[in-house]
Amino acid sequence: MCQDCGCGLPGENPVGISAHHLDHDHDHDHDHPHSHTHSHGEADHDHSHGDAVGQHRVLEVRQAILEKNERLAERNRGFFHARGLLVLNVLSSPGSGKTTFIRETIRLLGKRLKTGVIVGDLATDNDAQRLRESGAPVVQITTGTVCHLEAEMVAHALKQLDLKGLELLIIENVGNLVCPASYDLGEDLRVVLLSVTEGEDKPLKYPPMFQSAGVAVVSKMDLATACDYNREAALANLRRLAPNAPVFELSAKTGQGMDAWCEFLVQQHQMLKTRDPLSA
Amino acid sequence: MARNSFVSPQPAIYLERVEPGPGRLPGRFVVFGETMHELSIMQSALDQVLEKARQAGANRVHAIRLRIGALSGVVPDALQFAFEALADGTPAQGAQLLIEDVPARFWCATCAREFAATRMFAECPDCHRPSGELRAGREMELTSLEVD
Repeated sequence: MCQDCGCGLPGENPVGISAHHLDHDHDHDHDHPHSHTHSHGEADHDHSHGDAVGQHRVLEVRQAILEKNERLAERNRGFFHARGLLVLNVLSSPGSGKTTFIRETIRLLGKRLKTGVIVGDLATDNDAQRLRESGAPVVQITTGTVCHLEAEMVAHALKQLDLKGLELLIIENVGNLVCPASYDLGEDLRVVLLSVTEGEDKPLKYPPMFQSAGVAVVSKMDLATACDYNREAALANLRRLAPNAPVFELSAKTGQGMDAWCEFLVQQHQMLKTRDPLSA
Repeated sequence: MARNSFVSPQPAIYLERVEPGPGRLPGRFVVFGETMHELSIMQSALDQVLEKARQAGANRVHAIRLRIGALSGVVPDALQFAFEALADGTPAQGAQLLIEDVPARFWCATCAREFAATRMFAECPDCHRPSGELRAGREMELTSLEVD
């Protein structure tokens, strides 16, 4: 049997094996230091190799490990686009101020964009209760022990959200700068928060998350002086990881910078209307 | 109009009691909830592995090859640990997990060249401008299996 493509084994079921035929020649390398050419003219021939790996039938897969999530995320994305919904996936470490930021965003947007929220936490619906103060429809996902939201959880939560007239959906992910980076939820924009209290080098410590940011928000700017926030360093680090992401420096508490942020969201929503429905 | 809703999805991994058997302590619990990222990623990979093996009519999985990007956020050692816990009692138990690391590579539009990332961030070694275009390094791929 050929070790690379699995062809040449008599009577084997070819499911999951890449399209190879018996009547061809090819080169292949093995994990041990020799390579050779042989032809598969006959159904079986044998050659022995000493190591445990490489003696068995090879099934080529070449599939993303999170393929299922990616498929479901694209399904969510299609659903969102069809409804003209702008969708944000808001990510940060715990305590960066996501919930207050989202609540104030909804309050300031007022009637300009009708907003709904899906919020993920390991336990409690405290965040959902705080967010309901804004008057927006809110669905809480409690993940139990799972440290991130997945596309499937969002799809389930959507069934419980009143989508009538909704223009903006904000998904508040579980507070975590590691795992949620790997899971697409079908959002238009990934919004990654960095609070001034966390240290300017946070983006360098968690590169995959900040690399994936579509928008960066520096939150709690009202505490900048008290925390000796080094603005130059923080912005330089954000630019290094996410050079194309617009940066908003703001304070949800004092309202500083919130107008520019809300204006940006209204613009993004306007752009949705002119988007080609079949483009990505 | 606020609505009160509460969604509780099933956890991806359940408490699992190992039945007494050769080399196993009776009543030992192996997987007791999901505590790290790699556990759920490995569970997804293992689901694919077992499905492919089943479709191919295989009885045992001997090796599993993965490609893991440097910027995927996944630690290969943690995947290995998760694999051993999760594969226990499945046809993939005892299989070799072979992980190929994929280094991060970026594209510099100014210099029209690809470059390898140094220290995880993307600065072109020629023009020193940061690049937002990641060409490789986020992979989490199940490449192939060896079965019989």
